[in-house]
Amino acid sequence: MTFSGADLLAILPELIIITAACLVLAFDPVTPSPRKDLLAWLSLGALALCIGLTGAQISVLNVRVTAFSDLIVVDAYARFWKLLLYVVSGLTILMSMPYLKAERLNLGEYYGFILLALSGMMVMVSAVDLLTIYLGTELMSLSLYVMAGLKRSEPRSLEASAKYFVLGAFSSGILLYGISLLFGIAGSTKLADIAATVGTRGLGDPILLIATILLTVGFGFKLAVVPFHMWTPDVYQGAPTCVTAFMAVASKAASFAAFLRVFVEGLGGLKANWSMLFMLLCVVTLVLGNVVAIIQTNIKRMLAYSSIAHAGYALLGVVAAGRGVGESGSATGLASVMLYLTLYAFMTLGAFTVISMLRKGGLEGEEIDDFTGLAKRQPLAAFLMLVFMVSLAGIPPTAGFIGKFYVFMAAVEAGMTWLAVVALVFAAVSAYYYMRVVMVMYMREPDVSILESPQLVTSPALSIVLVCAVAGVIVFGVFPNPLVSLALQSVLSLK
Amino acid sequence: MHSAGFPWLSLLILLPLAGAVALLFVKDVAVRWLALGVTIADLVVALPLWWLFDPSSSQMQFTEHVVWIPSPPIHYSLGLDGISLPLVLMTAALLPLCVLASWQAVTTRIRGFMAMLLIMEAAMLGVFMALDFVLFYVFWEAMLIPMYLLIGVWGGPNRLYAAIKFFLYTLAGSVLLLVAILVLFFYGGHTFDILALTQVSYPTSLQMWVFLALFAAFAVKVPMFPFHTWLPDAHVEAPTAGSVLLASVLLKMGTYGFIRFSLPMLPDASQAFTPMMIALSIVAIIYGAYMALAQADLKKLIAYSSVSHMGFVTLGLFVSNQQGIEGAVLQMVNHGITTGALFLCVGVIYERTHSRLIADNVGLTKPMPQYATFLVIFALSSLGLPGTNSFVGEFLVLAGTFLWSKVATALASLGLILAATYLLWMVQRIAFGVPSPHHLPELRDLNHRELAMMVPLAVLVFWIGFFPNPLVSRMHASVMKTIDLMSRTRVAPAIHPSAGHGLPAAVITVHQPLTRESAR
Repeated sequence: MTFSGADLLAILPELIIITAACLVLAFDPVTPSPRKDLLAWLSLGALALCIGLTGAQISVLNVRVTAFSDLIVVDAYARFWKLLLYVVSGLTILMSMPYLKAERLNLGEYYGFILLALSGMMVMVSAVDLLTIYLGTELMSLSLYVMAGLKRSEPRSLEASAKYFVLGAFSSGILLYGISLLFGIAGSTKLADIAATVGTRGLGDPILLIATILLTVGFGFKLAVVPFHMWTPDVYQGAPTCVTAFMAVASKAASFAAFLRVFVEGLGGLKANWSMLFMLLCVVTLVLGNVVAIIQTNIKRMLAYSSIAHAGYALLGVVAAGRGVGESGSATGLASVMLYLTLYAFMTLGAFTVISMLRKGGLEGEEIDDFTGLAKRQPLAAFLMLVFMVSLAGIPPTAGFIGKFYVFMAAVEAGMTWLAVVALVFAAVSAYYYMRVVMVMYMREPDVSILESPQLVTSPALSIVLVCAVAGVIVFGVFPNPLVSLALQSVLSLK
Repeated sequence: MHSAGFPWLSLLILLPLAGAVALLFVKDVAVRWLALGVTIADLVVALPLWWLFDPSSSQMQFTEHVVWIPSPPIHYSLGLDGISLPLVLMTAALLPLCVLASWQAVTTRIRGFMAMLLIMEAAMLGVFMALDFVLFYVFWEAMLIPMYLLIGVWGGPNRLYAAIKFFLYTLAGSVLLLVAILVLFFYGGHTFDILALTQVSYPTSLQMWVFLALFAAFAVKVPMFPFHTWLPDAHVEAPTAGSVLLASVLLKMGTYGFIRFSLPMLPDASQAFTPMMIALSIVAIIYGAYMALAQADLKKLIAYSSVSHMGFVTLGLFVSNQQGIEGAVLQMVNHGITTGALFLCVGVIYERTHSRLIADNVGLTKPMPQYATFLVIFALSSLGLPGTNSFVGEFLVLAGTFLWSKVATALASLGLILAATYLLWMVQRIAFGVPSPHHLPELRDLNHRELAMMVPLAVLVFWIGFFPNPLVSRMHASVMKTIDLMSRTRVAPAIHPSAGHGLPAAVITVHQPLTRESAR
């Protein structure tokens, strides 16, 4: 296989990120410990460059560049996700800097791993070939396994890393098995070829059915949907908070992006099959995620179950896309998923940032009770947490409502009103555990011992993250239109 | 569509929101004054609408129309008709009184408290003015959080339980409302425009489901029996201003939903569910009144009396004739005034004796003659004494019910008797009972601030009581339009010969009274 300069130009953002990752890893040993921030700024610079590159093209919707003999495609769909991933990675790096310092984990390679994970995600959203998608997934996952175990002194962090690795490797194997079955009948791992085979073989083909199930299981682990969610609470709880935020937001978004592309572009002919399967997963995910979140006392664990539940809402959009009538019907469903995950990114990042501010050294800031009386101690932090919780609960005028609105709208349009009712009832259930955080912050008096605890971890970088997150939640809650129309138009590039 | 050009209604919403933001930047001493100034300014903006409003038109007036989201088409569109105008004015009038009531009662985090009141005001006004279903839903839901905080942060000892109960009950109801909105969008021609959706004839089976979904949202808010259990808890624990807002405005949002959406959009379903709705209303009237009889806590007593009085409103709405609906809308305003005033009265006495128990507040006439006078006035208004506002409303409702069923009228009238019993008994003990000397040490009578709260409401009580016509005439055209929309799929019934007898002609004009006989 040969490749040309045009191919390299198509993956210029990926190259920039990988180069920056290598530079960070190369400079890390020679950077003195107090100056590790420089590496973070280097990473941020690379991200800014990519945001500029991709952002300049974001309004050019019908430009579709294929590269490396159709292994990689850069279309509006990929650009949408990439832009989201850059922003999320940038905000994660900003929130990590003070956190890592406070935790005495000031490791330069951390930023390298974020960039490597990001480059894996970028491959995932751009690839139109199952093996390339698999490579992207592995690059992302391997980086995340290491990041989850970053706190070497903390047994829970190591446990999280090991658990994540074992289950992740297991799921990768299943994914690969599904891919090999598809390769067996299609003779190719390219989504276009698989789509053609699906067209000739039809819905009832048993091998296609098994491959669909195996791919669903493989992606189900990455998306953390029930019953493939078992790793999520432990990993989210054990990993350093900034890594948890990155996993909850970026890895979920990238996995959904690849998942949608595989099932729409490759297995679109089977949507009658997979939409039934996802319907089942959607219901159990919504029920289990929301109900189990209620009994959590650790806020990271609660947010883990909440992120499972939110994957359920996004899955509702996928079901709607599968059941939707005609091109426009499935486009609304897919766009609603893109919208949902984008808006979810802002509120979840915000919530984890507030959690990371409360944490210093020990375990303080992880239990929901640690938020007791926060409104009296830190009115601004409490207010921001209130906004994020309200948004996660999906109450207007926040971004969370807009996300839910479009998902439910797609579901009703696809004739899945009963599923929308189930999802909405569990949205009301979810309000209970989000509002419990608000209650603890605003309606309980702080203990004397908590009052004497030191100040929050604050820094200009954290302020930037919080401002971006809260602005995303409010602005997109009130003026969602630019984002909505971008998602609606980008999704049309999915073939 | 008539358009006044000047965006009165947006100003009404934006003013309190701007005020809430401005509160962050003023000194502590100025917080109360700023909040009072903003609420009064909002009232000043709202008042001209009373005269600018054209009573002869059933159209939406002062409309504003801006595209909010093009896909799907969601608009920021506002407007007022004869049904929403009285509610908007009532809301704007009550807010300054709420600020006054919290002047000394709220001592902690006053800045946040006033900001919540102002956000509530914007959202409540938005609910009554929204002409887009999604916009309506946004306002409807947006007030959950401020109200949750008002109860939970500034409430009584059991506030956490009451706040979360209020929040979950109302949220659980309103999520189904969202589904109903989306379903109507796809069946009603891909629009969220309330007026356009009202014109569509939906299949009967769809109407049934949508009606039930709307019912879940509105019945919890009203609250209708058996969804009322959050109300006594929320009322008892909420601070005075919170109780006033709950009773006077939030409950009206439920009945407003019925009259704005359920009745005109889903006429077949409304008709089919009429027996159930009327049965639930009558149960609420009698059960609420019985429960009120048994209460030792003043706030609980008024809370249960609200359940009973709101039963009259839903009764009037679902007998679906002109008297019934006009009476119901009037009763919505009246209940807002009277019950708001009664909660203010409880707040005043609680500030002095720190107890809401009737037994702790016996014999107030001697130390507080002015207070006792106002308490008697509002209690009499609440029980529907002729010459007070509630008489007119309840009379119209009962007259409308009479056309529907005489048995229902007789049962509902029981509620009036029971209301007289529990209210007069309460007044007898509080105003005229013999105090035990150690209970009431030094009680000041009303100060100027408290008089400023009581006098306007007392004036309204008598004004509506003696001159209901200006108010009723403004709602007339819109009520007729609602009735026209409701009867569009039915065979026009014969006019009942006895209707309207003995009622003031200016108030009652018979229009297609749907008696049980004629509907058959």
